[in-house]
Amino acid sequence: MAKNTLSSRFRKLDIDEFDENKFVDDHDEAVDNQGPDGAEIDNLIRQGDMMTAFHIALRNPPVNTKNPAIKERALAIVLRVLTSFKSSDIEPAVKSLDRSGVDLLMKYIYRGFKKPSDNSSAILLQWHEKAFAVGGLGSIVRVLTARKTV
Amino acid sequence: MSYHSFLLEPISCHSWNKDRTQIALCPNNHDVHIYKKDGTKWTKIHELKEHNGQVTGIDWAPESNRIVTCGTDRNAYVWSLKGEVWKPTLVILRINRAARCVSWSPKENKFAVGSGSRLISICYFEQENDWWVCKHIKKPIRSTVLSLDWHPNNVLLAAGSCDFKCRVFSAYIKEVEEKPGPTVWGSKMPFGEVLFESGPSGVSGGAGDGAGGGWVHGVCFSHSGNRLAWTSHDSTVAIAEGGKTSTISSLSSETLPLLCVSFITENSLVAAGHDCYPVLFVYDGTKGSVTFGGKLDVPKQTSQRGISARERFQNLDRRATSSETTEQGLESLHKNSISQISVLEGGKSKCSTFCTTGMDGGMVTWDVKSLESALKDLKIV
Repeated sequence: MAKNTLSSRFRKLDIDEFDENKFVDDHDEAVDNQGPDGAEIDNLIRQGDMMTAFHIALRNPPVNTKNPAIKERALAIVLRVLTSFKSSDIEPAVKSLDRSGVDLLMKYIYRGFKKPSDNSSAILLQWHEKAFAVGGLGSIVRVLTARKTV
Repeated sequence: MSYHSFLLEPISCHSWNKDRTQIALCPNNHDVHIYKKDGTKWTKIHELKEHNGQVTGIDWAPESNRIVTCGTDRNAYVWSLKGEVWKPTLVILRINRAARCVSWSPKENKFAVGSGSRLISICYFEQENDWWVCKHIKKPIRSTVLSLDWHPNNVLLAAGSCDFKCRVFSAYIKEVEEKPGPTVWGSKMPFGEVLFESGPSGVSGGAGDGAGGGWVHGVCFSHSGNRLAWTSHDSTVAIAEGGKTSTISSLSSETLPLLCVSFITENSLVAAGHDCYPVLFVYDGTKGSVTFGGKLDVPKQTSQRGISARERFQNLDRRATSSETTEQGLESLHKNSISQISVLEGGKSKCSTFCTTGMDGGMVTWDVKSLESALKDLKIV
């Protein structure tokens, strides 16, 4: 009797959703963080001003919204900036960030790792190395434990 | 700094007696072993066997010489020394999950137990019935309570829990004590009142973008009770000062998460965790900032011998770096995470010795004066 002849419909139920003690995060209603402005970034990249593009890309991270489209858009913009950097410029760019900026950068780097495209992994690994040198293991732990993801 | 290896298994929890000659610890099983110091040797003198699950918390009351233990079997026992034997008394905690931490209050007339049932049990002895009774603090805790620390006024209790928050509760029991006077944390203190709750992350200083925080592993009140420090799983340490402007200063560190913290003076704290060495933090009250003070560990003895070409390639093969360090293991005294820190001498205002135990089954006693002299740039204010 290799086949289960009883109903297995219950297996499609997510029992944790019905748990009355389920932990729900406190909702944060701030909706001003919509992610960086794509057009502005494009302009700066064309002009070759990478540092400013970098700083603007890391402003207004969409950490509070639950809308995946906004997060995807922000991620795409940031990745475009990160991949257009020259290897030698990465270190000064990381040094110009403060503590929370480095944490935010690490979050984007790991999100970028999740969906690797042709060249992105190599350059992201270089970004990771430089960000790790500044942020240490703590910044990676904060990527793992953050409730508000980028 | 002396390192003593008690066991090969982790030490789940430990507690010292009043004159620091005996230590009660749990060797990662259902018992509590009491060791007595004999010069430099430690001999086991008692084995307390009563729990049916791993003992997760031990606290030894210095004045009344009673030990309270709590375990994953959802029970707590209060042990009293009768002659040469420790006799247990069961305390019904009325919890349906494991107990995680226990702490005697400063006056030793009650103790608090944090548990996975998302509540804190405050237990006190009822004379008429000759029985320990408990009261629960439930709201607004939403997950396991990991750590507890009492305020010196015997009423306020700080609790760190897995719902990413550190809170100060009032545990005022009118049957055993007088109404407490006002403190910086508040003046109205009915039982179960929340006088302080930390936000998801530090407000000023470190993690400014609201990263969400992590489980709060360790909490500690300063000696005066005006400051509260906690460490959390997102590698941050935060200090709050009670008062109208309840400010929180936090520092996101570059190390792995810290599991335990203790004040050693009013401005300095020592914390230790998964990085296997204690770390000093200094709090500046005027600026409201926490800064990293230094790594407290035995300084590394660097061997000056050169590295051969063969070793270089071997290192490249094995570890992807051709670096000079042939050190295979950790350079710290503890070889695994440190899970608990306790102040031995000097109290939390002028600590001169403290002790750490960890998952490597070892215990290290640290002497503050010799640390200060051995490690330059270390200033304990």
